[in-house]
Amino acid sequence: MATDKTNLQLVTNGILNENPIFRLVLSMCPAVGISTTVMNGFMLGIAVLFVQVFSSCTIAIFKDKIHPRIRIPTYTLTIATWVTVIDMVLAAYLPEAYAKMGIFIKLIVAFAIITMRLEMFAGKESVTASFWDGIGMGLGFMFGMMALGFVRELLGLGTVLGYDVLGFKPLLFFILPFAGFFCVGLMMGFFNYIEARYRRAKRA
Amino acid sequence: MKTILMTRRVLLAAMLCLLVPALAWAGNLISGQRFGADNEIVVTFSEPLAPAVAGEAANYSVHEEADPDIRLAVAEVALSEDGRTATLKFAEPLNTVKTHVVSMAGAGAAETFRVSKSYLGYLLGILVSALLINNFVFTKYLGLCVFFGTSKRKDTAKGMGITFTIVMVASAIMSWFFYQFILKPFDLNFLQIVIFIGLVSLTVQAVDTVLRKVNPALFNAFGVYLVLVIANCVILAVPLILADNEYNFFETVMLALGAGGGFMLALYLMSSVRERMELANVPRAFKGVPIAFIVAGQFALAFLGFSGLNIF
Repeated sequence: MATDKTNLQLVTNGILNENPIFRLVLSMCPAVGISTTVMNGFMLGIAVLFVQVFSSCTIAIFKDKIHPRIRIPTYTLTIATWVTVIDMVLAAYLPEAYAKMGIFIKLIVAFAIITMRLEMFAGKESVTASFWDGIGMGLGFMFGMMALGFVRELLGLGTVLGYDVLGFKPLLFFILPFAGFFCVGLMMGFFNYIEARYRRAKRA
Repeated sequence: MKTILMTRRVLLAAMLCLLVPALAWAGNLISGQRFGADNEIVVTFSEPLAPAVAGEAANYSVHEEADPDIRLAVAEVALSEDGRTATLKFAEPLNTVKTHVVSMAGAGAAETFRVSKSYLGYLLGILVSALLINNFVFTKYLGLCVFFGTSKRKDTAKGMGITFTIVMVASAIMSWFFYQFILKPFDLNFLQIVIFIGLVSLTVQAVDTVLRKVNPALFNAFGVYLVLVIANCVILAVPLILADNEYNFFETVMLALGAGGGFMLALYLMSSVRERMELANVPRAFKGVPIAFIVAGQFALAFLGFSGLNIF
């Protein structure tokens, strides 16, 4: 079974229609836990992008040789291997960012989005399609994390990427750890609202 | 009246006689020692001591049993009026989990004694900490995908909570054995992630296969949640934490129980709210998941109140 979407559609699908964070509501742990700054979101987004693309390709290559009964453990072990690679690379070359992320890099293994894409997409489609789907999902995750980080950093610290933009701190509340829940909820509601407005305008 | 007083005195004398051997065995001068507030050690003496002896910070020397080279500076000593209780105050909070060794000079021969918490209390402390203070869902923000996915109904919440706790404990125990007896001796620590998640998914697959054959009724009730267990970050976070902190077997079991129980508690609380929320008049854009996030934020805020809780 091959997908009828073009490569570009596969990528934009991951960023917009099936955005992992705001649409599929998967991989929420990092979205709440460490989305306090744009930089954090970007770093974790890169890590997830790599893991998603590499594991998607690996599974797409070997999909015919995996017994359906043990496919979930196989997927998990594939992801774990790539996460170990990323984990060691980051620890070696970017120790500061790695320390900030803490346990979340290792926990990419358990992010539902990656396993779900392997199950729904890479386990059935060709290697090329899986590659572009992985890119789309990874970028979508990165976009979501950075959007959350942008809002939280701007409202909490008055900065973007560490540069002082506002000159004052509007709502310190948003930088506090638990505010992640509120921020995700509010932004999801906001996007739903925009979409509803857009649909209504289209129909009229 | 007089006889009552007499009997009382006799009884008191008898009790003292009983106590004397115990005190002599304990090393006579020090009769009790415990941790006070987080930067205090409280010492009780069997006889009143002069402030010049027991009230001088310079007379005490304290260190953790594991690091005899690092002396912890005693900031000040408060001696009670009867001279029997001295409270050692330290500049920084003590790590009360570790055993501390206190030597006291000045009162004739130097006295050395150990201060430690009861081990059972420490184990229960781990359990309560994982359950409430450091609840994995509300204060560490882990396991959220499954948390939001399965907290719509109370029945689902219970099923998921129970399944998760069982798999959690089983896989944590296996991870502990693998870590202590294979990964550490052979210096294979870089394989942690692969081994731990592999054990989890094998446990899930094994439980799935066994349950399907042995007890189909139970499988119908809990089978659907088994696959979801793998997608829960907590199941991987616990082995990583216990490897980082070098927990022993009992501590591992307690942490796993606390993590599973805490997840079940969070699910149950959340599902109770969400069942009612379906009847509430929520703005359309916020219906479903967005409002659930805001409720979870309020729970997280409430769970902050548990920080600093110290029962044992």
